[in-house]
Amino acid sequence: MQDESLYLIFLNAAVVNNFVLALFLGICPFLGVSAKKETAWNMGLAVIFVMLVSSVSAYGINWLLTELDLLFLRLICYIAVIASAVQLVEMLVKRYSPALFRSLGIFLPLITTNCAILGLALFQTAKEYDFVQSLVYALGAGGGFMLALMLMAGLREKLELARVPSVSQGAAMSLMLAGLLSLAFMGFAGLGGSHG
Amino acid sequence: MAESPNRSASVRPPTLALNPQETLTADTFIRGLWKENPVFVMLLGMCPVLAVTNTSINALGMGLATTFVLVGSGVLVSLLRNWIPKQVRIASYIVIIATFVTVVDYGIQAISLELYAALGAFIQLIVVNCVILGRAEAYASKQRLHTTLINSLGMGAGFTLALLSLGTVREILGNGSLFGVPLFGESFQPWVIMVLPPGGFFVLGTWLLLFNWLRLRKERKAMQQSGVAANAG
Repeated sequence: MQDESLYLIFLNAAVVNNFVLALFLGICPFLGVSAKKETAWNMGLAVIFVMLVSSVSAYGINWLLTELDLLFLRLICYIAVIASAVQLVEMLVKRYSPALFRSLGIFLPLITTNCAILGLALFQTAKEYDFVQSLVYALGAGGGFMLALMLMAGLREKLELARVPSVSQGAAMSLMLAGLLSLAFMGFAGLGGSHG
Repeated sequence: MAESPNRSASVRPPTLALNPQETLTADTFIRGLWKENPVFVMLLGMCPVLAVTNTSINALGMGLATTFVLVGSGVLVSLLRNWIPKQVRIASYIVIIATFVTVVDYGIQAISLELYAALGAFIQLIVVNCVILGRAEAYASKQRLHTTLINSLGMGAGFTLALLSLGTVREILGNGSLFGVPLFGESFQPWVIMVLPPGGFFVLGTWLLLFNWLRLRKERKAMQQSGVAANAG
């Protein structure tokens, strides 16, 4: 059991060990959906929701599997729950906002293979957080993901107007930008405890 | 495998006739290394590429683990391709992949505890590596066993190659060593940022820049040549 304060857990997950820029989780949507701020915002909301659902479920599954002594099934159960949660979000978004459904495109079902979500479930298990701590951790991680996505989207919108050499167009430029952002986030190191 | 071509043709459902079975050529393997390299060309599976390439040993371990899962799940998906209903195929693939990942997870733990600690959660995160699910969906679910086997091996080799090309550069610059062996003398001042997270982004970005430059140069040359040919004609 961890005795970290909730505030520290949140800060740690959101900025110090930012899931995207420090732990390299969820790079695909980070590069794929960060072209426009509006899409980035909605993607962030969807990811936060899925993270909360999978965090709660992962806590329950881990407890159950520990009781039954079936821990080798943990990975399979986690991924099955995440896939169902994503399916749920997909149906909700399709029902209530078809425009958003179209703009997120293939990246909505791909939240299933977003490593940030499975990573969250695995990390919270490894760190032995209790229920409330897990929830705060999920919120922090989701918030951090959204922050990184929004920052990137803002930068890329500006970049649309700039003239870059033809060699560096596309993914190469985005990766360089991400590197600079990551460099900036390193400044937070040591702010919220030292563990990874 | 052992079945005669006539029999397999009659068993195959009509929808599969739309996807012609690839015949086994050298290209089946080589394609994954270069033309369809999962990392540099298709930009898939970036998370482990960036996260565990701070040393070349980690990169190699991750590459081999991913190759194992890629080949194992590819073979199983290819064998079961006529039995998995279309509606639940993604879920079935993920369960198959997760099974192989659990095997790798326990395997690495048994072989090298040091490597296990260094790779951390990223071994289990192979499940969500889009290269593997992408291969299962786009290739293994339509092709015969032996081409799938060779193609998965090629893709795995391409992935390992990409991981190594990042891992070696980052280790040499950031640590002054290669596979743990120091390359330079005592006085070498390591470029620490290269083994930290930003270095991963920078090195991968630089590789992509290089490949972009090569591609553009090739296109320009081809254009010039066709221009010359048009003038001559």
